[in-house]
Amino acid sequence: MLKINNIHAQIEEGAEILKGINLEIKPGEIHAIMGPNGSGKSTLSSVIAGKEDYEVTQGEISFENEDLLEMGPDERAHKGIFLSFQYPVEIPGVTVTNFIKTSINETRKAQGLEEMGASEMLKLIRANAEKLGIRKDFLSRSLNEGFSGGEKKRNEIFQMMMLNPKLAILDETDSGLDIDALRIVADGVNAFRNENNAVLVITHYQRLLDYIVPDFVHVLNDGKIIKTGGKELAHELEARGYDWVIEEAAV
Amino acid sequence: MGIASHYTASSLQQYIKKMIDLKENLVSRHLVFNEKSSKNKWIDDLRHEAIELFDQKGFPRKKDEEWKYTNLAPLLKTDYKLFPESEEISVGYQDVKQYFIHDIDSYNIVFVNGIYSSYLSNTTHEEADICVLSSAMNRMMYQAVIENYYGKIADKNESMVSLNTAFFKDGAYIYIPDNVILSKPVQLMFFSTAHESEVLYHPRNLIVLGNNAQAHIIERHQTLNAKSNLTNSVTEIHVGKNTELDYYKIQNDALEASLIDNTFIEQERDSRVAVQTFSFGGKLTRNNLNFKQKDENCNSILNGVTVIAGKQHVDHHTLVEHTAPHCESHELYKGIYDEQAHGVFNGKVYVHSEAQKLNAFQQNNNVLLTNQAVIDTKPQLEIFADDVKCSHGCTVGQLDDSALFYMQQRGIPKKEAEALLLYAFAAEVLEHVQIPQIKQRITKLIALKLGVNIDFDL
Repeated sequence: MLKINNIHAQIEEGAEILKGINLEIKPGEIHAIMGPNGSGKSTLSSVIAGKEDYEVTQGEISFENEDLLEMGPDERAHKGIFLSFQYPVEIPGVTVTNFIKTSINETRKAQGLEEMGASEMLKLIRANAEKLGIRKDFLSRSLNEGFSGGEKKRNEIFQMMMLNPKLAILDETDSGLDIDALRIVADGVNAFRNENNAVLVITHYQRLLDYIVPDFVHVLNDGKIIKTGGKELAHELEARGYDWVIEEAAV
Repeated sequence: MGIASHYTASSLQQYIKKMIDLKENLVSRHLVFNEKSSKNKWIDDLRHEAIELFDQKGFPRKKDEEWKYTNLAPLLKTDYKLFPESEEISVGYQDVKQYFIHDIDSYNIVFVNGIYSSYLSNTTHEEADICVLSSAMNRMMYQAVIENYYGKIADKNESMVSLNTAFFKDGAYIYIPDNVILSKPVQLMFFSTAHESEVLYHPRNLIVLGNNAQAHIIERHQTLNAKSNLTNSVTEIHVGKNTELDYYKIQNDALEASLIDNTFIEQERDSRVAVQTFSFGGKLTRNNLNFKQKDENCNSILNGVTVIAGKQHVDHHTLVEHTAPHCESHELYKGIYDEQAHGVFNGKVYVHSEAQKLNAFQQNNNVLLTNQAVIDTKPQLEIFADDVKCSHGCTVGQLDDSALFYMQQRGIPKKEAEALLLYAFAAEVLEHVQIPQIKQRITKLIALKLGVNIDFDL
């Protein structure tokens, strides 16, 4: 599904942040990327999603055998890539409902599908809001404006469920969540996943991985994946920190 | 300074010469005009007085403080006709239907090439007088109202007002008696179809609302022939006690045409007046909007949305004069400027010493989409009372890149994402539009202007 081959990226005319990343994600898989602050985790998610601030200097990324780097962020979204933002952006004057309506219909338009009817949309909104314990009045508020950290993250997962992407990248979706909110978010992700889609979880903490159980755990350090293992690697990192992996890789 | 920076010294001299030429020309043509149209001595005297005043003052120049950011000189190179040579009107309703808010029932007062079109109009003398100023002036029964208000509300000393007074031929006459809640809105439409030359139009409207009355009025000026016409319009409005008026100016004229709108409103006690100006079209648009609150507990609302591009220029020049206690004014103008567009906001709030317990709010927010777009924003408060609450603010910003990326990530293409953000920015102003069909129309015009086909419906 997603193939990342030797990707190098930098902030425009700045220092190199990603220094040769290789990663393949297949349908039905859950991958986790862990790593210390500044290791390039968020840069990787931005590069996959197509943020213009980053310049890819080398390497390829393909998604379902199409060259992703040639596409704008909206086209990547139309292909089924979803990024749950670490810091969701506030958009005053646009309500949650209208945003998701526009988002779904622009995506359907790009995919050559009919717009979704109002009643079907409403049903879908209700069903997903209920799963995430989102109150009705929340949906008519301006997107992310004045939302608490937990509300913002829950709203990201709500949008993910509405858009039903093929690949969901969760960028530190767990930071700032209390344990109840974390469970709700994880339940949402687990309800979403199936054998045809995939999830890439980017996190600092092993805690989330108790709820969203990964098939692979990758350790990212200084712009490179230095170790890959199963879910037990996450526990080991939690217990022992990152230094031992970094030392091991240096040898 | 402004002129000199745009033109060389010799072309500057030419400009000034042309300005003088047009002025001299207008003054000399007035003699002939007045003899032809003369019917009413009192009006004639006012015309006479006005042309003398215009002769002394001439057109506003950039060195005039009130015209610092808007340069009329390029418009004054043209040798305008005062009236189209052929007065034949051949406009069918289908040709102009799109300019009306046509999905509501309304009274319509329509002028084509400065001349009243009874065919396109729908006037009344039943619940109110909604008709034509020129004929009202010649009828005894309207004499009292006209003599009370005509020429008394507008500032005679403004040279553009005096030019209008000197040359106006026609306009709307609206009189809403006491206790009348007007059953439907009034649409004032001024079309220009004359194609043989550029025309300088002088529409003149007199609108008088009695006590405990209510009305909605929509005004629009539209050039249909791609001519560089100039309209210098004057509207005088008197609003009686405890009366409400909602006035909408929809400015989406052809990109060749220019408008100088001079609107003067006086309010009696307990009245509420909202003027909402939507400026999308035209080459140069100057809105001189003046409110005078004459008594206690008046509320004035001034709202505007401007969306312009190319080399368009829109100047909102507002004045709210508070003379009595317990009054309010609320002013909110938002502007979106693309390419080399130039916006001006100059909002003056003048608080007399008697105007205690005032609550005055003024806000001007702008988005510049390019490095070439310009906004000059100048709030002015002159306060001579000591127990008042006045606030003002202005902002100039650009679109937020991180918001755009966020929206694109959710599948919304960049152009639509930009439009959505800009619409959301302007939407606060639209909340005050009371008639849904007008709101829909404005929303459509904004989408059109932003080049997207999305249903904002926020």
